[in-house]
Amino acid sequence: MQRPTDRNHRPHLMEAFWDFLRSLNDAYGINLVQFYDDFERTRLLRGMWTTIKLAVICIGLSVIIGIIGAWLQGSRHRILKAIVQGYIQFFRNTPPLVQMYFFYFALGPQMPRVVNEYGIAQPMLGSFEWAVISLSFFAGAFNVEIFRSGIEAVQKSTIEAAESLCFNRWQTYWYVILPLAVRFCLPALNNNLVNLAKTTTQAYAIAVPETLYVASQIWSDHINVFEMMITLLTFYLLLVGVIVWLMTRLERALAIPGYGR
Amino acid sequence: MKRKFSAAIAALFGAVMAMGATAQADQLAEIKQKGTLVVGVKTDYPPWGMRDANGNIVGMEPDMAADVAKRLGVKLELVPVVSSNRIQFLQQGKIDLMIATMSDTPERRKVVGIIDPVYYASGVALLANKAANIKSVEDLKGKPVCALQGAYYNNDMQSKYTQTDLVAFKGIPEAEQALLDGRCVGFIYDDVVLIWKKAQDPKFANFEVVPLPQWPVVPWGIAVKLEERDGPWGKFMAETITDWLKSGTLLELEKKWVGDNTAWLKEASEKAKGN
Repeated sequence: MQRPTDRNHRPHLMEAFWDFLRSLNDAYGINLVQFYDDFERTRLLRGMWTTIKLAVICIGLSVIIGIIGAWLQGSRHRILKAIVQGYIQFFRNTPPLVQMYFFYFALGPQMPRVVNEYGIAQPMLGSFEWAVISLSFFAGAFNVEIFRSGIEAVQKSTIEAAESLCFNRWQTYWYVILPLAVRFCLPALNNNLVNLAKTTTQAYAIAVPETLYVASQIWSDHINVFEMMITLLTFYLLLVGVIVWLMTRLERALAIPGYGR
Repeated sequence: MKRKFSAAIAALFGAVMAMGATAQADQLAEIKQKGTLVVGVKTDYPPWGMRDANGNIVGMEPDMAADVAKRLGVKLELVPVVSSNRIQFLQQGKIDLMIATMSDTPERRKVVGIIDPVYYASGVALLANKAANIKSVEDLKGKPVCALQGAYYNNDMQSKYTQTDLVAFKGIPEAEQALLDGRCVGFIYDDVVLIWKKAQDPKFANFEVVPLPQWPVVPWGIAVKLEERDGPWGKFMAETITDWLKSGTLLELEKKWVGDNTAWLKEASEKAKGN
C-alpha cells in the first residue's frame, strides 16, 4: 500500500515545482518554459540524450580510429602510409561543418536506397549516422596525430627490447608502445575529445535533433532566448565537465610513478 | 552635437508638418496631376515580386500595379521595398501605393490604410511525396516532416500532429534537398510558395501540395496612407480590387505567375461575383 501512494505523491511535488517556475514567468518575465511545459521539457531532454549519445559514440570511434591510424602510420607499406596521410589531410584541413554538409547532402543521396515504412525510397544512412561518421573521422584525424606524438616519445631502446623478445610488429605496438604512448599523449587527447563533444552542436545543420537544435526551436517559439542560452551553456559546461573529470581520473589511474611526469 | 540634434528635431518637425499637409490634399488628384504612380513592390519574393534577367522588376504584383496605372492613365514607377521598410516608405510618402505581399494584421491596420477587400491570402501546406500517400495532417503521426527552422507552425505541427522531431533546416534549399532525397514525407511551408514551386519545377513531379487547413489563412492587403484610406484614393483602390476579383483579373494573373489558382482566390472571386 505504501508504494502506490508514494508514486502518486511524487508527480504532485514535481507539479508544484513546475507551477513555481510558471509563476516566475508571470511575476518576473523569466520564462523557463523548457522545464515547466511537458512538451518542451520532453523534447529538450530527448535533445540532451541525443547529444550525449552522439558525444559518447564519436569519442569511442575517434579513439579507435586514432589507435589504428597511428599503427598504420608506422607501417612499412608506402601506399598504406599514403592513405593514412591523405585521410588526415582531408579531414584535418576541412571545416567539420562543411564535411557534415558534404556527407549529408552530397554523399548521402548517392547511397543505396531502401523503401521505408512510409513508402519512400530513403538513402541508407540518416542524419544521425552521418553526423557520427563525420565527427568521428574529423576527431579521429587529430587523434592519429596525437597518438603519433605519444609513440614518438617512446624510447627506441624499449622498442628494441621488445623486438629482442621476439614480439612481432602488432604485439610490440599493442603491448609495449601503445600503453606508454597513451600516457604521454593523454593531455592532448583530453583536449581533442573535449573539442569533439562541443563540435557535436554542428549536427544542428543537418537536422540532428540534438540539444542546440531543440533549444533553437524552443527559443524561436517562446522568444525566451536569454533563458535558453543559460540552459544551453549550463548543459555543455556539465557535459564537458564530466568528460574532463573522467579523463583526469583515467590519467591518474594510468600514472606510473617516475614515468612521464 | 547639440546643433545637429536640434537640426534633426527641426527636420523631423518639418516632415511631420509636410505629412499633415499632404494628408489634407486629395492624393488621387495629385497622382493624376503628377502623371506618375509610385508603387512599392517586392523584388525578393518570386513570383509575386522579383527581378528578371535584365534587372526589371516583374511579377504578379508589378502587373497589378501596372493595371492601376493604366486605369488612372498615368505612368508607373516601381520602387523596390522589403518587409522591414515598406510601411515607413508609405508613411513618408515615398510611395503612393504598397502592393508588397503584406499580411493583414490588426497592428498594421493601425498604421497604414489597408484596403478592403484584401486581394490575396496565404495559408500553410505540405509539399508531400506522393509515395507516402498523405491526405491530411492526421496521416503524419510519427513521420519525419521537413521544415524551416523558426517557422511559427513548427511547434503545433510537432506537438499535435507528427509527435516526433521535425527535420528542420536553416534555409529553404536545404529543406527542399532533404525532401527530394527522401529524408522526409513532406515539407511544410507557405501554401502559395509551394504551389508555385510545384508548378514551375519539374523535379517536384512526384510531389503534391496538400493543404493544411489546421492553420488559419492570412490575408494579404494592399495599402495606402492611413489618412487616405477613406478618401478618394482609398475608395478608388477598393473599387479596383473589387473589379479585379469580379472580372477574374487576379485569377488570370495568379495563373500566369504562380502557375495554378489557390482555393482562397477562387472563393474570393466567386464571392465578389455574387455580390
